[in-house]
Amino acid sequence: MDLVQLQRQLVDYRTSLYHEGFLDEQFTQLQELQDENNPDFVVEVVSLYFEDSERLLNELSKALEQQIIDFKRIDAHVHQFKGSSSSIGAQRVQRLCIVFRNYCEAQNVEGCLKCLQQVKHEYSIVKTKLESMFQLERQILNAGGSVPV
Amino acid sequence: MGEPCLLHFFLSFPEKIPGIILLEMAVNGAVTWLRRAGEMDGYGLSASDTEEVHVLAVDDSHVDRKVIERLLKITSCKVTAVDSGRRALQFLGLDDEKEASNGLDGLKVDLIITDYCMPGMTGYELLKKVKESSVFREIPVVIMSSENVITRIDRCLEEGAEDFIVKPVKLSDVKRIIDCMMTDLREGGERRGINKRKLRDDSEDRSSTAPCSPTTTTVDSPTRRLKMTSFEEHVFSNKN
Repeated sequence: MDLVQLQRQLVDYRTSLYHEGFLDEQFTQLQELQDENNPDFVVEVVSLYFEDSERLLNELSKALEQQIIDFKRIDAHVHQFKGSSSSIGAQRVQRLCIVFRNYCEAQNVEGCLKCLQQVKHEYSIVKTKLESMFQLERQILNAGGSVPV
Repeated sequence: MGEPCLLHFFLSFPEKIPGIILLEMAVNGAVTWLRRAGEMDGYGLSASDTEEVHVLAVDDSHVDRKVIERLLKITSCKVTAVDSGRRALQFLGLDDEKEASNGLDGLKVDLIITDYCMPGMTGYELLKKVKESSVFREIPVVIMSSENVITRIDRCLEEGAEDFIVKPVKLSDVKRIIDCMMTDLREGGERRGINKRKLRDDSEDRSSTAPCSPTTTTVDSPTRRLKMTSFEEHVFSNKN
C-alpha cells in the first residue's frame, strides 16, 4: 500500500471511531496537544490509560469476587475508570461506567457483575482500535510520510 | 516515567538528601535541581527571575496529571505535578501543620490547580489548608472535577477557590485561567475574586453522586447562574 493510501486509510479509520462513538472530542483535544517537540504525547497518554485501566479492571474483578461486597470501594474504582476514560475521550467506556456507578449506588451485585463484563468488553475493543490506529500512524511515518491531522 | 518517580521519592524521603533539594520540572522535560534560598551554594538559579507562571498541579490520576502538565506547558507555565494533597502541602512546606517560615522565594508557586476527588485529602481539604495559611492564602486555587455538582462548586468558591473546571480539562479552560491570573497580576495583584464557573452540560452526570460525598445531589439552579452573570457584569463594567 502506498503512502497516500495509508494516509487515507488512517483518516477513514479515525473518522469511523468517532462516528461509532468509540472516541469523542476529548481525543481530538489530545491530538491537538501533540507537536514536533512532543510527537508521542497521545501514545504516551493512551499507554498510561491502558496501564491504569488494566489495574482498575483487576481490582474490580477481585472486589466483586469477595464474600462481602464493598460497594463504596467498587464505586471509587469505577469513578477513577470513568475519569481516565473521559480524559482520553473513550466515550463508550465512560458511558458504561456511569451505568456501573448507578448499580453500585443501588448495591445491585448482579447489575455490577453484568456491567463489569460489559466494561471489560468495551475497553478491550477500544484498546484494539487505538492500537490499530497507532500502528497505521507508525506505518505512515516509516514510509516517510506525515500523519494527517 | 522517570521524573514523576523521582519527585515522589524525594518528597517521601526528604531526610535522605543533604540540605533540602526540591525537584522542578523544566519546560522541556529535563530535570533541574534547585536548593532552597537559604542553602544556595553557587547554583544561582531562581524561578522568580523568569516571567513564567509556576503551577502546582495536584491529581491522583496518572493520565490526568500527564494531560494537565501538557496543557500548562503549552500555556508557557512551569509545572510541578504531584499525586496527592499531602504531597502538595509537603511541596509548599505546609505539612505537619508547620507554617513555612522561610519562604521558598526561589520556587514561588503562582497557582495551584487541584482535582477535587482524591483519596486521603480531597481537593477541597487542600484548598482549605492553603487558605488557612497566612503565607499561602494569596495563591489562587483552581478546582477540577468530573462531577458537575452545583453544591460542590459553591462550596469551593465560598472557601476561596478562584475557579472551578469541569473535567475533562481542555486547553481553552487552562488558557482562560492563566489569562485571568496574568490580568490580576498585571493589575497590581488586586484580587477581584471573579468567580467564573464553567458548567458543562453533561446531563448524564447530573444524577451521579461522588464517592467522596455520597450525600450530594445535583441541583440545577438557574437563579444561581443569573446571580453570577450579574456579578460578572458589575465587575466588568468597572474595568475601564
